[in-house]
Amino acid sequence: MTAVAATGPAGTPGSPPSDLVLEARDLMLRFGGVTSLDGVSLQQRRGEILAVIGPNGAGKTSLFNCFTGAYRPQQGSVTFWRTSRRPAEIVGRSPHAITHLGIARTFQNIRLFPALSALENVQIGTEVRQRYGPFGAILGLPGARRQERAGVSRAFELLDLVGLSHRAHDLASSLPHGEQRRLEIARALGTDPRLLLLDEPAAGTNPAEKRSLEALIRRIAGGGVSILLIEHDMRLVMSIATSVVVLNFGRVIAHGTPAEVQHDPAVVEAYLGVETGGGVEAGGPRTAHGSGVRTADGGVRSADTSGGTDREVR
Amino acid sequence: MITPARLRQLGVCLTLGVVAALVTGPSGDSAHPFRALRQSVIDPRIGVFLGLAVGLWVVLVAATELRPVLGRVTVTARARRPVRATFERRYGNVGLNVVLLAIAIVAPMLVSTAAQQSMVNDIGIYALLALGLNVVVGYAGLLDLGYIAFFAIGAYVAAYFSSSSAMPWHAPFILNPFFVLPIALVLAALAGVILGAPTLRLRGDYLAIVTLGFGEIIQLIANNSDEITNGPRGVFGVPHLSVDLPGIHYQWGIDPLPYYYLLLGIVVLVMIAFGRLERSRIGRAWAAIREDEIAAEATGVPTLRMKLLAFAIGASVSGFAGVLLATKQFFNPQSFSLQSSFLVVAVVIFGGMGSRLGAVTGAVVLQGLAFYLRDKVPPTDRYIYFGAVIIAMMIFRPQGLVPSRRRRREIELAGAGAGASDSLGAAPLGRTVT
Amino acid sequence: MGFADQFWQLTVDGLMVGSLYAVIALGYTLVYGVLQLINFAHSEVFMLGAFGGLFAARGLLPGGSTPSGMISVGLLAAGLAVGAASGAAAAFTLERVAYRPLRRRSAPRLAYLISAIGASLFAVNLAGKEFGRQNVPVPALFTNGTVFHLFGAQVSTQTVVVFGAAVVMLVLLDRLVATTRLGQGIRAVAQDADTAVLMGVNVERVIILTFVIGGLLAGAGGFLYAMTFNASYNMGFVPGVKAFTAAVLGGIGNVRGAMLGGILLGLVESYGGYVFQASYKDVIAFLVLVGILMVRPSGLLGARLGRAA
Ligand SMILES: Nc1ncnc2c1ncn2[C@@H]1O[C@H](COP(=O)(O)OP(=O)(O)OP(=O)(O)O)[C@@H](O)[C@H]1O
Ligand SMILES: [Mg+2]
Repeated sequence: MTAVAATGPAGTPGSPPSDLVLEARDLMLRFGGVTSLDGVSLQQRRGEILAVIGPNGAGKTSLFNCFTGAYRPQQGSVTFWRTSRRPAEIVGRSPHAITHLGIARTFQNIRLFPALSALENVQIGTEVRQRYGPFGAILGLPGARRQERAGVSRAFELLDLVGLSHRAHDLASSLPHGEQRRLEIARALGTDPRLLLLDEPAAGTNPAEKRSLEALIRRIAGGGVSILLIEHDMRLVMSIATSVVVLNFGRVIAHGTPAEVQHDPAVVEAYLGVETGGGVEAGGPRTAHGSGVRTADGGVRSADTSGGTDREVR
Repeated sequence: MITPARLRQLGVCLTLGVVAALVTGPSGDSAHPFRALRQSVIDPRIGVFLGLAVGLWVVLVAATELRPVLGRVTVTARARRPVRATFERRYGNVGLNVVLLAIAIVAPMLVSTAAQQSMVNDIGIYALLALGLNVVVGYAGLLDLGYIAFFAIGAYVAAYFSSSSAMPWHAPFILNPFFVLPIALVLAALAGVILGAPTLRLRGDYLAIVTLGFGEIIQLIANNSDEITNGPRGVFGVPHLSVDLPGIHYQWGIDPLPYYYLLLGIVVLVMIAFGRLERSRIGRAWAAIREDEIAAEATGVPTLRMKLLAFAIGASVSGFAGVLLATKQFFNPQSFSLQSSFLVVAVVIFGGMGSRLGAVTGAVVLQGLAFYLRDKVPPTDRYIYFGAVIIAMMIFRPQGLVPSRRRRREIELAGAGAGASDSLGAAPLGRTVT
Repeated sequence: MGFADQFWQLTVDGLMVGSLYAVIALGYTLVYGVLQLINFAHSEVFMLGAFGGLFAARGLLPGGSTPSGMISVGLLAAGLAVGAASGAAAAFTLERVAYRPLRRRSAPRLAYLISAIGASLFAVNLAGKEFGRQNVPVPALFTNGTVFHLFGAQVSTQTVVVFGAAVVMLVLLDRLVATTRLGQGIRAVAQDADTAVLMGVNVERVIILTFVIGGLLAGAGGFLYAMTFNASYNMGFVPGVKAFTAAVLGGIGNVRGAMLGGILLGLVESYGGYVFQASYKDVIAFLVLVGILMVRPSGLLGARLGRAA
């Protein structure tokens, strides 16, 4: 068993190397009267594929939003180790700074740059670590050109990895749904993450796409990127996750290996007994509970955690 | 078929006719504030406008009747069709560019001196200003309504550094205006950063109103500080530009032509520079911010810093233009009125947001028309037309006259529900972004 | 004379101007509430209302002498009514021409701002052409004198009329938003337009009526403003920016916030204009705006329209 309930405090700089990549302690996130995370703690080992499952509205996306800086939890902390000796506190950093640290994500409701080509979408990811500025670009300095070329070739590699090189010059918005999901993964990988957060990558894809997605996730993990995965498709979760955390009503109700979790009574209960062959089969058809304001397309309107801005994150 | 909708359309056309009659009719004065109104509506002249309005209505009705026959594709339909993006071409259409440049070189030789003056003051300077504002509005998707304030900063900085007599307040050492150019550039950019840093954190439309206030205040300060800027009397006698290198001696004078070619050169250089910028990681980051700010942040784009960069680059171009203005001619706070800011906005919108050629074309067409109609339309009335042009463009052709390809796609896709195409936050009425 | 001596006079003046800012600010706040959009052309609605009222007052005023008694009251009422109607008509046209076509196309936000600026540019300069580019005074509708003294400060008839009318409008609007069906619709759209549609609110109707209400207020406010400061084609800009500042100060989208913000800004400006130079008075409002945006962008009362009132 790899996902264990949080114990002692996280390492501070200079502490002995940690085999964790991410540790959340006691996260508390509220929107007005709605509590979407209620003391969530979890740990993820480096190289692990950790799945987060739970019924609709359990707080899975909210958890991702706390890990990526889109939401700021009222309480708790998140530590991320880019390398085993360099822990960094996540809470309080802006999303782009967190991406620079090495956490990248995809969105449950795909958020590509619709009017840019697939290649450009990935390039934006590959270019965030580049250093050349406006002068380099305007004067066409050799360094800038070199980086630009490197960004393009890296983007092509990633398109190739997700099987979209033939689509490089198509508009992102013109791709079919399954390809858009893979393009989002490529864009996230462009930022050179150590930890990749995938929010329901298989949603809305067909069985063939699911199989290739499974292979893709394995390849990414094989390349040394830890993966945190939200997924409703239990078959996919059971086959690729090395461990599973189950959320319900914003709390961790179970954690362990896929097999352990599958037979946990609390989990079965949470899924309202949608039980076939002694285990949890798929995300139950339960609707979102509580009084959260869900927008029509499943996104959630923020109740303003950042003062003055009204943003939507999903 | 006369349906209620058609009748309403007729009503709209007739209203347009009346408005057109008002706009082109006699002017009033403060002693008789309602005389002009009465005259334009009662005069038989209005018959012409109403006739035209009815004609327009007939054409519109005919066009809708014939549409199924002609089989026109609507904008949204086109946007939904999968579009294949091509590589953004590096040098655009080389042939076209050469022809345009040749025209720009030859044109001033064929016109009167008055027209040449206008080609420098109205077209050249505004083309440069529009190119700068285009970075803010077109690339970063923000709105700066106090853009002309940076122009003022540039002009006053030029006066401060390059002449000991133009303003009561001047630098302890006097510089050749050419050396003032980089100083003004930096100072204007700095002013942009100081103004933008606190404001850009907020919702994008606050930026518009804060910059509006800033533009007004800069003008107010220039007007009220007699002992520094000469106040409303203005600044006179900033030396002309001159090159004084071993072997090359040249002084720009009162002849507009040399200024024209200087400006042309600068405009072309700026176009090339901004084209490179647009195709670089910075330009792509701006596009990402316009299309989905949250996704851009999540992909690691430092959105605030990028917006600030656009704002500063825009401001520095404006400051640069200000130096050119100061070394060419007299100016006073009136030269930096709010209306000039709006005019630059109009030029950018008319030409096409995000389009460099559009910015220049906008300046040529709008200012060219203004010059052409200078005897028929009083200068103060021009802004009525500029206002109308802005609204009409937003309604009928938001991508502008010479649209940038990327921007046009964004506007079409935003209309079809994908992406935002500006960085001001969610669209009104809470349309959710997928 | 020192600040202390002038304090009450400055307070009275500040309250009068502030109540007008509040009336205009409501237009910004209401539209912002339902559309999350700053209506940049609102200042021109104000200006056109002033000319409408002026037109009525000039047309109805018999002879050159200053009327008194019921005639004054009637003229005032007529000026206010026509001013309000002109403002409403202007706001209605604005919504139809500059905003609705864009909403149908679900245009990006930037487009609305730009189109509003176009409308504003158009309206200001057309007014300049039609009405001349100098100040146009409103004829005296009553004999202006000192009505009473407040801690030694003179309170003029003019002040009483303007402040009184403004307060009546503020109270009426507050009741309208809080108690009527339309107010309910406005609040529903402000809270969540998508849900409001599902609940059967006619959003288009709410939007247009919101503009009209804002226009009524601004138009009447324009007339009151012109009685004190004259009408002119560009009279809208400065009070417009200040009213916007007031709306932000109170918390944009919040009805009572706009009222509070207007009054506060009027006072701050009145004191500030005395302490600093009068010619820099307009800078004060701007500094307040930038300050509040930096420190507390959600404004003093903060909440949005849906939760306010
Ligand atoms: N910005 C927000 N404002 C208000 N409530 C929110 C917000 N974000 C999340 N919530 C609430 O928090 C709870 C958890 O939502 P979340 O999106 O995290 O669920 P989820 O587990 O991802 O569900 P799903 O499987 O449907 O994606 C929900 O009740 C939701 O309404
Ligand atoms: Mg979710």
